[in-house]
Amino acid sequence: MSQDVFVVAEHLQGKIDDVTYELLGKARELAGQSGGHVVAVLMGSGIQDQAGSLGAADKVLYMEHAALENFNPESYAKALSHILEQNKPRLTLIPNTSMGMDLAAAVSVKNNLPLVAYATDVQFDNGQVVATSQLYGGKINVESVLEGDSSVVSVLAGSFPADAGKQDGSPAVETVAAPDGLDQTRVRFKNLIQPEGGDVDITQQDILVSVGRGIQSEDNLPMVEELAEALGGALASSRPIVDNKWLPKTRQVGKSGLKVKPKLYFAVGISGAPEHIEGMKDSELIIAINTDPEAPIFEVAHYGVTEDLFDVVPALTEKLKS
Amino acid sequence: MASNKLSIDPDQIIEKEHVVQEGMDISGQWNRMFEQRVIWDYNTEMLDKVTALEGGESLGYCYQCGQCVPVCPVNLVGDYGPRKIFRRVQLGEDLFQSPLLWQCTTCMNCLRVCPKEVDMIQIMPAVRQEAVLQGYVPEELQQAFENTFDYGNPLGESPKKRAAWTKDAGVPVPIMKEKKKADVLWFVECYPSYHPRGIDASKALARVLNELGVDFGILGVEEKCTCDSQRLAGEIGLFEEFAEQNIKTMKRYKFNKILVTDPHALNALRKEYPKYGGKYEVVHYTTFLAPMLDKLNFTNKLNYKVTFHDPCYLGRHNGEFEAPRQILQALPGVELIEMFRCRENSYCCGGGGGGMWLDGFMADHVSERLSERRVREAVEVGADVLAVCCPYEVSRFEDAVKSTGNEGKLVVRDIIELVVEAMGAN
Amino acid sequence: MNIIVPVKQVPDLVEELEINEDGTDLDRDYLSYKLNEFDEHALEEALLLKEEHGGTVTVIAFEGEDTDKALYTAIAKGADRAVKITNDLPPGTPNHVLAKALASVLSGMEYDLILTGVQAADDRDGQLGVLLANYLDVPHVSVVSGVAPNNGAVTVQKEYAGGVMAEFEVDLPAVLGVQAARQTPRYAPVSRVRQVMRQAEIEEVEASDTEAEVGSSIRRMFKPEKGAGAQMLEGSPEEIAEQIIKILQEKGIKK
Repeated sequence: MSQDVFVVAEHLQGKIDDVTYELLGKARELAGQSGGHVVAVLMGSGIQDQAGSLGAADKVLYMEHAALENFNPESYAKALSHILEQNKPRLTLIPNTSMGMDLAAAVSVKNNLPLVAYATDVQFDNGQVVATSQLYGGKINVESVLEGDSSVVSVLAGSFPADAGKQDGSPAVETVAAPDGLDQTRVRFKNLIQPEGGDVDITQQDILVSVGRGIQSEDNLPMVEELAEALGGALASSRPIVDNKWLPKTRQVGKSGLKVKPKLYFAVGISGAPEHIEGMKDSELIIAINTDPEAPIFEVAHYGVTEDLFDVVPALTEKLKS
Repeated sequence: MASNKLSIDPDQIIEKEHVVQEGMDISGQWNRMFEQRVIWDYNTEMLDKVTALEGGESLGYCYQCGQCVPVCPVNLVGDYGPRKIFRRVQLGEDLFQSPLLWQCTTCMNCLRVCPKEVDMIQIMPAVRQEAVLQGYVPEELQQAFENTFDYGNPLGESPKKRAAWTKDAGVPVPIMKEKKKADVLWFVECYPSYHPRGIDASKALARVLNELGVDFGILGVEEKCTCDSQRLAGEIGLFEEFAEQNIKTMKRYKFNKILVTDPHALNALRKEYPKYGGKYEVVHYTTFLAPMLDKLNFTNKLNYKVTFHDPCYLGRHNGEFEAPRQILQALPGVELIEMFRCRENSYCCGGGGGGMWLDGFMADHVSERLSERRVREAVEVGADVLAVCCPYEVSRFEDAVKSTGNEGKLVVRDIIELVVEAMGAN
Repeated sequence: MNIIVPVKQVPDLVEELEINEDGTDLDRDYLSYKLNEFDEHALEEALLLKEEHGGTVTVIAFEGEDTDKALYTAIAKGADRAVKITNDLPPGTPNHVLAKALASVLSGMEYDLILTGVQAADDRDGQLGVLLANYLDVPHVSVVSGVAPNNGAVTVQKEYAGGVMAEFEVDLPAVLGVQAARQTPRYAPVSRVRQVMRQAEIEEVEASDTEAEVGSSIRRMFKPEKGAGAQMLEGSPEEIAEQIIKILQEKGIKK
């Protein structure tokens, strides 16, 4: 039985995502407790060089195959399942991202491994893996004990600092043979679609006024846009606004949108689901308006307002203009 | 050159050799007459679609006299008008998909003056119901419908918190589930239960009821929206769903009459619930309190110039114009001044018939909000208090006071708030 | 195309959530339930696909509070069949068990596509759709925001961070975890829902297999610590606006 802590490296367009370093940093700490090694799992094609950026790991398991050139839910899950079957690590950390979602639950079934998702923390406690998940829209934390000697935890991006996992070095790279039939998949990657250009790049803005479901109707957008203008910033939003097509995808902050770090993030009618908070919590100053005093957004906000946004926003705009 | 000589189709000319009319022989050359002209100018398909609906029939009665034009509150600030509805539909506009459909606030002022009894209060819900079924419903309104279906109130607030306001009412507010029996069942309704300004009025009324020693109770979390405005906005199914639930709930308790804060609830409970088996004596709080004013001790002189806005669903729809005025005039120091549009011809706040949930939509179709126009009228007559007694109005008019730049000049108060103010501190 | 949409009732987050005395579950006596909003999107996408390309939509749910209402509403929106799984699987049952139960029911049904919401507020042990696909051994893609049939397969768009999307071709049958339908989920007029309640029938089935190894258990539930939290600004809207402007000036964001 291995005491190793595995981290599944996530990469897109040849670049390792920050979440990988976040998990590597945590894995270092955990491997110290379990007495095992930190092993990064890198799957792809022609990206062996990237192993060098995974210096926080003791070892990199690299699987090279044409079918892994681009992320593919089926081939990646097969590959990972194969690796976990061979190595049986004590714990495998997978990012709870778009890609990670397709892997974690898949290997949980394929390899019969316990899985806890949406984790914001993982600990060893008396030799058991204990994961804390952020559930119910961030309103409740759930601490789970994972049984058995090998388990999987999928971790929300932004849960741990990336710096601890960003170490240069030359970890031992061990190349793993791909399992048979990896290219015989029922899911076939076609191409990547880049976001449409031309719109404001919200990651480059100093001031963002971000709207959420609380604005109720598309017709109320101009009111918030006016505030953004008065502040000299741009309009951003949470996911439901983009889902409703009230704003383009390029304005979406959060897990499936963009990560932003403006000087001011002004959240209007955003309750603060974990997926949203992930994308904006590092902003320098966060001011949030939401009528629900229990809204999770107030956890990360520096200043909060529970008055009706339809009263406060116009009042603020007017005062800013005068 | 035949066409020059005769511009009338010879086939349309009827000449009869021998004609006897009312016993008189009028045979002769001069009995030449023309066949009735077939009216083919208008394709009546769109009009037929409306008049075929139960409730839609009277649109066909319109003869374009235009009486409704000056009294329609929306016509005054926008392009909508009852007469125009008929004309446009006659010209082929599909009302079911037209933005015109959602602009009527069902204020009933057109019906009051219409010589042909073209009844928008019937036509609008009938056509809107069809439009809702076909999926043409403005998004804001859809949200209010969904909230109502899910939570029993259009605000989307937790149904469990419906009676939360009673906790700091400062006086006892008994719940029927515990009390079982009361002289008066107070049907609080949604905005008075959840909206901060509605709650202010509810607390005031609770205090007055206690002061008067009224034996009352509320339904608390068992109460659901009466859905009168949702019905008028086309969601008749929603209305029926909650009417059945409310009637079933009220059947469990003994009471003599229902007291309402909200004129929309008055309208539903008085006129619509009997159709579903709920027959009650229902009074608006102003009607209820007006005869009891001598039992209240007014220690505080108000010194306000007050003007009163008649709620459409209390006045025109349910005929109560006097009670609110009686109460206001009984308050020491209050000078009641009337606006030009008052009583039967009162203006509309814009909240009725679904307008409460169509503010964003309406903004695209009117030059100013109805509430804004009304607030300007109140300021013009020199009032410093605009008194209201419908829970839709307080927030609508307070917003309008701000947006018309009249802050500091005019405040909006529910009549019951003024009553409590006149009663002074406990 | 025959589409199955498994839907799940989740605690309504509008209500305040309380934790039970043991501290291991929500206090479910006072909870109200609502259809998982991502499932609403999955249903909408299924209905759009049916309207464009023909076929049927079957909605399937576990018996529980307000399940009937959710199923009738789905029929009122245009679903053809509604199926209720009647095993005693109380709210909070792990997704591994639900997925196993669903798999045993679905293996007896014919389908081309299974659309589920990409996630739900109570997915402690992984996302239902991915688990289901693996129990059924059919391909899956999650975080999908576009689906189009393509010669016996479907072309789907999967969302990554930053607005980048990947396009995949997926053989049928398949499970897709829907992030967002192409349009806002439609409204079901209540009169139609009521009509459906009188006329339509909800089929009942019993899942033959509800044994799944979850391998984890809840030790403790707690509300997130209130950390430093936000400093709340109070007063009238104007007073609040002034305070905000003062803060912006102090931080040098506004002069």
